[in-house]
Formats: sequence, structure tokens, C-alpha cells
Amino acid sequence: MAAEKIYWNKEIETMGRDKMKALQSERLVKQVKHVWDNVPYYRHLMEEKGVCPDDIKSIDDLHKLPFISKADLRDNYPDGLLAVPKSECVRIHATSGTTGKRAIAFYTQKDLDIWDDCVARAITAAGGTKDDVVHIAYGYGLFTGGLGIHGGSHKVGCLTLPVSSGNTERQIQFMQDLKSTILCCTPSYAAYIGETLHEMGLTPDDIDLKAGIFGAEPWTEEMRQEIEKSLGIKAYDIYGLTETSGPGVAFECEAQTGMHINEDNFIAEIIDPETGEVLPEGSKGELVFTSITKEAFPLLRYRTRDICILTREKCPCGRTLVKMCKPMGRSDDMLIIKGVNVFPSQIETVLLKDFNATPNYQIVVDRVGNADTFEIKVELSDEMFGDTVKSISELEKKLSADIVQILGIKAKISLVEPKTIPRSEGKAVRVIDKRKLV
Amino acid sequence: MTIKQLSIFVENKPGRLSDVTATLKKCNINIRAITTADSSDFGILRLIVDDTDKAIECLKADEYLVKITNVVAVTAEDKPGGMASIMKTLYEANISVEYMYSAFLNPSDVTACLILRADNNENAIEALVDAGYKLLSADEMAKF
Ligand SMILES: [Zn+2]
Repeated sequence: MAAEKIYWNKEIETMGRDKMKALQSERLVKQVKHVWDNVPYYRHLMEEKGVCPDDIKSIDDLHKLPFISKADLRDNYPDGLLAVPKSECVRIHATSGTTGKRAIAFYTQKDLDIWDDCVARAITAAGGTKDDVVHIAYGYGLFTGGLGIHGGSHKVGCLTLPVSSGNTERQIQFMQDLKSTILCCTPSYAAYIGETLHEMGLTPDDIDLKAGIFGAEPWTEEMRQEIEKSLGIKAYDIYGLTETSGPGVAFECEAQTGMHINEDNFIAEIIDPETGEVLPEGSKGELVFTSITKEAFPLLRYRTRDICILTREKCPCGRTLVKMCKPMGRSDDMLIIKGVNVFPSQIETVLLKDFNATPNYQIVVDRVGNADTFEIKVELSDEMFGDTVKSISELEKKLSADIVQILGIKAKISLVEPKTIPRSEGKAVRVIDKRKLV
Repeated sequence: MTIKQLSIFVENKPGRLSDVTATLKKCNINIRAITTADSSDFGILRLIVDDTDKAIECLKADEYLVKITNVVAVTAEDKPGGMASIMKTLYEANISVEYMYSAFLNPSDVTACLILRADNNENAIEALVDAGYKLLSADEMAKF
């Protein structure tokens, strides 16, 4: 018997496929009844699709259920999807976003316990034990990063440092004074801490870090190597969404070839984002999650908009949990540009206001050096075309000013000729994010 | 008497003017006058052609954004001061010219033709005709 514990929950993490399917089925059936009985909006969605709880007998019936999207969440702001009395809830978190665009997730004590358990698996997979000092430089607050990792760290029994983000030199001082061994933050902040360390004339030998758990934003393999080198650590990816709980929906093991999904709590599917059809294993498509143990804020078939691939290939770590690759981009929805959250729907609102119609448009985001570039291409239509350069330039200026007003950041507006924005199955491709190169 | 001008929206990228003119050639359209107006990112190509309706059909079929604008085609003597006297006439009638350009020269009877878009075409026409200028009709432009 190995002395070192390498799984947090060995039974679940190495469970055979059939047994896991049975567990998922049992929990799914229960969850569907729960939302049907307690969330009128879900009942309405299911009735619209002509399904009732009796139609869902196992995980094989999952595809019969309707999808739920971020738009549904926003429409039900703040508590329209709450499935338990508010008195049973002990915490909320919220997605970032402009006022009224947030989605609020509620948690019962049991929800928090399960979330902590998921994060504990991630910390354990990164080599963490009760002897470790977990340095949490994620933001604390409505954002799930800080408190999410915090709970898991407690559960493992690590000495937990709730440092939050900012004041990087002080962070490094803390790391030295308290001998932090595991750093948790966004990958971009980890890279910045690495740079600062070197600027301070220090090397990885001057700190005790051995691992890092980084998530909440997309990052590349190159970035992983950079961080690992500059901090002298092994860097692990972690995945989560506020809507489904927070970090810990999936986590990386020592193989560093994708993240194991905590399937006992979340059923993952890959669908065709255009048709909604479930795609076979190994296909690239949109990741969809069903939270089967969440009490307060259960989600059935939540469309993450993350483009991803699932794989069940045997993992050297011994875990049998399905693995997801790093998200390869988002089919649409929120973008973080120059640190600001941008929803294509906000841009649509501006276009609709300025043109009384939604023209075809495309958002092009890129990174030059360390700065994001943000361009909105708009196909000029008959109604918009005014014969003089002045009239078109004025249109451009007005659009530019309205975008700044709504989003708080400036975009380069490019008016382009009709039918020049590439179509995919008849629809214009709305977002081109060249920063996400996985 | 106004004539129809085609305005085509073109992005400032290599080959676009070549593409537009190729479309017109394909449909056997003869260009009678042409000019471009530019910003840094796009341009508007303005044209007078011999068969406006057919040109629109062809251009739209090739996905161009085309708009029709009424303009005035006025002939002038090809000599020093010919242009100045037209401008003076319009200025005195309190008409501003939004843009203007010249049509292709004709070797026969008419010596120069100016295409102009005024803030008020009707008033411009009245002023020009009163001052004795000859305006060209669409048919005359086509043959011109
Ligand atoms: Zn593994």
C-alpha cells in the first residue's frame, strides 16, 4: 500500500463506468423531479418540450430534456430558478457582468459541502495534503474563485492563506514568510507573480511553492510552461462555472492532459452548437452540464458555450472520470476584452438602437503585445448606406461613441461590404477571438 | 432635369475597384463618368453609366451595395473661366455643391461636362438653366 494518498475520494474517482452511470442515473431522475416540483420555469420549459419527470428513467434519457442557457439565467434574475426556500440557502455567488446581466447562484450547506469536496479532489490531485500551505490569490467576493478554493483547502486541512489578489510584492513576501506551497489564482496573475519574483531579484529557490492550481480564464500550454519555469512549480488547470458551482467542476491530474470532470455531480455532454444534437464521444462541440446534486440552483443541460472535447481514454493517474480538454474558445457569449466583460448581445443592442435593425456583425479580438485589440465589423446595409463619406463616417462615429458608452471600452468600428463576414451554416460567425490559441 | 448616379460602397482593400469595373464590363456597361470619395477605411465609387437599371441589377447580383442619387449634368465651355462661371451662378443662387466631378470628354459638340450634386438639385437646375447652361439628359449622357 502506498503511504501517500493520491485521491481525495478514491471510490468515486476510480469508479467503474457502469457503476458511475447507475449513480448518475439515480441522481438525475431525482434532480428532474426536484426541479419539476420546485421551479416553475423548468416545468414550463419541459412542458414546452413535451417531457415530464416520468420520461426520464436514466442518463440515456438526458437528451430528452430542454437546454437552459445564460439568457434563461439572466431572464430569471435574481432568484427565478431557485429550487429551495431562500431560508435553506447559506450563500450566493454571482457571475461578473454589468448590472442586471449577472446570474446569481444560490447554495445550501450541502451544495457548499459538495463543492468543497470537488475542490478537495483538485487540491489532492495537485499533490496537496494537510501539510500544505495554500496561498489563494484569487479575488474573494461574489466571484467563486477565492471562496471556492478556500472551502476545498479547508476540507483537505491545508493551512489556508486568503490573500486575495493584488499587491504582488506583498504576496511574494507572504509566500516567503509563511512558506506557501500551493498557489491558486488566475494563470495570468500567476505569470505576473513569476515576473515580479524575478524583478525582485529572487528565484524559485527563494520560495517554497511546489504546485499551482490555475483557472477562471483560458490559458495555453506555452503559458503553462512559462509559469512552471518562472515559479519552479507544476501548474494544474481547474475548470468551473459560477452557474454550476464554481472551480472544481473539473480538475487536472499529474498527467496534465485534460481535466477530470466530477461526474458524480456533473453530467457532461458535447453538442453541436447549431443543432443542439448530442455528438459522439471524442467530437468537438459545445460543452453542456447537468448538475445532479445541486439543491438550491440545479441546472439541467446548461449550455456553457465552451467549445471542448471529452475523452474516456485511460488516464495514467488511475482516475476513471471523463476528461475534458482545455476549452478551445466560446461559440459566443461573454468575452473578456481589456479586462472588461463584453456580451455580443450588448453590441447587438447598440446596433439595433443605431440602425433600427441588427445588421450582420463580427467581433474580432486579438492580442498585440500585451494589449487586447477589439474590432467590430459591421456589414453595411442598403438603409445604412448614405452616398456621402460624411454620412457613413458619422454613422461610424456614433456607433463608436455608443459602444464606449455601453461597454466602457473603445472598439475600432469597421464598416464592411455586404456578405463579406464569413457564414457558418447560414449564420454569420459573431466572434473571432484570436487570443485563444490552444 | 436630373440624371441617375450610382454610388457603390467599397472597402479600401486591394482589387476592389478592379472587381467593380470587371462586373460592369461583364454586363457590357459603359461608364460615362466616374469618381471616388475616400475615408481611410472605405470609399464610395460614384458612376454615371449608359444603362443604369442594368448596372444596378448586375452589381446587386455580385453583392455590391448600390445606391441611386439624382445629380445634375451640366455642360460648359472648355476654356478658362468655364468652371468659375458655373460656380458663381450657383453661389449667387445660394446653392451649395456637395460634390462634383467631370464626365469623360466628348470630342464632338460638347466640350466639357460637369456632374454635380447640390444641396437642392431643383434650385440648382433652375439657376443653371436661367443662366443659359445646357443640362444633359440621361439619354444624352448615355450617347455622350
Ligand atoms: Zn488523470
